[in-house]
Amino acid sequence: MSSDQGGTPAAITARGVSKRYHIGHRARPTTLAERVVQAVRHPFAQEDREELWALRNCSFDVARGDLVGIIGRNGAGKSTLLKLLSRITEPTAGEILLYGRVGALLEVGTGFHPELTGRENVYLNGTILGMRRREIAARFDEIVAFAEVERFLDTPVKHYSSGMYVRLAFAVAAHLEPEILIVDEVLAVGDSEFQRKCLGKMAEVAHAGRTVLFVSHNLQAVSTLTKRTLVLDRGACVFDGPTLDGIAHYRSMQSAHADGAASYAGPASEGNRVATARVVTSQQGGVHVCGRPIQFEFELEIPEPASALCFSFQVIDADERSVCHLWCFDPDTRFRREAGRYRLTFAVPAFRAYRGSYTLRTFVSDRRTWAEFETLAEICPFVVTMEGIERPEYDWDDGTSAYIEDHEWTLVREGSGDAAQKGGFHV
Amino acid sequence: MTAAAPLRLAPGERSVGRELAETWAARDLLYTFADRDIRLRYRQTVLGVVWVVLQPLIAAGIFTFVFGTVAHLSSDGKPYMVFAFGALTGWNFFSGILTRASGCLVGNANLVSRVFFPRLILPLSVIPAALLDFIVALGMFAALLVVYGVAPTAALVTLPFWMLLLGAGALGAGLVAAALMVRYRDVQYVLPVAVQLLLYASPVAYAASRVPDNWRALYYLNPLVAAIEGLRWSLLGTEPPSGGAVAWSVAAAALAMITGVMVFRRMERGFADVI
Repeated sequence: MSSDQGGTPAAITARGVSKRYHIGHRARPTTLAERVVQAVRHPFAQEDREELWALRNCSFDVARGDLVGIIGRNGAGKSTLLKLLSRITEPTAGEILLYGRVGALLEVGTGFHPELTGRENVYLNGTILGMRRREIAARFDEIVAFAEVERFLDTPVKHYSSGMYVRLAFAVAAHLEPEILIVDEVLAVGDSEFQRKCLGKMAEVAHAGRTVLFVSHNLQAVSTLTKRTLVLDRGACVFDGPTLDGIAHYRSMQSAHADGAASYAGPASEGNRVATARVVTSQQGGVHVCGRPIQFEFELEIPEPASALCFSFQVIDADERSVCHLWCFDPDTRFRREAGRYRLTFAVPAFRAYRGSYTLRTFVSDRRTWAEFETLAEICPFVVTMEGIERPEYDWDDGTSAYIEDHEWTLVREGSGDAAQKGGFHV
Repeated sequence: MTAAAPLRLAPGERSVGRELAETWAARDLLYTFADRDIRLRYRQTVLGVVWVVLQPLIAAGIFTFVFGTVAHLSSDGKPYMVFAFGALTGWNFFSGILTRASGCLVGNANLVSRVFFPRLILPLSVIPAALLDFIVALGMFAALLVVYGVAPTAALVTLPFWMLLLGAGALGAGLVAAALMVRYRDVQYVLPVAVQLLLYASPVAYAASRVPDNWRALYYLNPLVAAIEGLRWSLLGTEPPSGGAVAWSVAAAALAMITGVMVFRRMERGFADVI
């Protein structure tokens, strides 16, 4: 799938691209007054900052019309690469050549304003993403039809359901018609029917000869949509080739990192985020027996409280399906008012997910401004077993269900006066 | 498909020319931002339009009472209300652009850290809203002229010049403030105080001719003095500023714009990384 074969024109060329961030420390002044005082007291002092290479010496080529997946763990450099390609920030070293207009969909609904109507937001969002007003006008009906929000066009989007909101936002971006479309993880939201529609739209864009970069934790989607994949790990591009091999490489990386079974510790950074996460399983080493009590423990670092701050997480199975969603959306939660480090524990008295391997996906967001502070995926891997739970005749089989429910059955032979036979199952 | 030269992204790969071209190409965005801000302002407050009219009327009324009625300052032979209101239209245009431009990056932090567009669009997009306020105020002013029986003079044709002067100065200062505010959040508290001081250091509530002779030289160092005097002259035919003072004002506005764009561009690189 190398791009420079057969004379296919290039869409993106990246050579030795690197990006360094400075992680601010407390010593760094945040007010002009402090800065002036500091300059007077220590005129030659260097700022005390820690360096972090989010991306290091990354090179690749993408040919026009390619559909390329980008996968990697949290903090591997995916977001940074996208920010560079979409010009939100500049590389520290190296160069990127872009052949054609770039349309980046890094977060659904960037620039949507809750007080404005659907119609007004289509124009706002479209122009922010780089469309001219008359281009939007020409495609307006198409966008609205794709989003299925015709009836609510003149309603402020703050009254939209999150599904409608996401559909409208994706519709605008999908109709951008850029030569290079960059899509990040938008499919994590929305219902599955709409997800299929989005995937279809991306495939269509690629068939039309335009280039698509697709970043996702959804390996299923990456494998159906793309033939070629880049795998990033700790800022480096460690694999570039056929998608199925890329996914295998990624999985082997995952198990190599499995020392952190059922737990997660985030890198030092800024903003509202999950600092640590842990699944307290019924057995050692991240093994949980179906039906036993389980706890999910999170430490949240909240430097910027927000009035509609929400935390929630999903338990994701090996097929990337969410088997349950747990949340803490209470209007009185203290982290909406006071900054600090919080310990948040979710206790489930009987966790009945079926046997298999699971990971968590966490969301720190603000319901009012639609800001997503942090979304982590594929953290805290743990397994559920049915060990010690007997089932006569049939052994437990993989994939027969998503969860097991307690039940009782009653059996009566029709027309007979016999007492009913009873049985059942309790995990 | 275009066969145009690729866009090169690399450290330091930015030129004023490329940015101006991109800003021009994104002019629709300027319109959209301005449209958003104006709509939101008039939608979210019941008093929206009324406020735009009332605010300068109240301010001019207070100036008339304090400086005209209590302190008996002269107003170049015009009714004090008209005299103060005329200058206030220009002052509000200036302070409106300065204040809104200074908050444009922090106020749109969500956008700046998530999507690329020429950043200059944000401060530029505050101008239409300020201009709209000015036009509404000008309508009020015309009504006041009728009420007080004052006729405008031929000097009115110079109005756009003074507006340009005030707008350029405000935008230049606003660009510097906007860039600084990203790094230093206290700028947002200092700025309103500075604006308030500037109001009294400018001939808005009183005539520049009332400033004692030995303070004149110092007073005219404020480039706003000539701009406001000129604006009032164009609206009412009061005493025009001297040529020298106007030249200094033009030079200062140009300097503010150049400094503003330079500081803004220099700091722009890190906006997304800091916000």
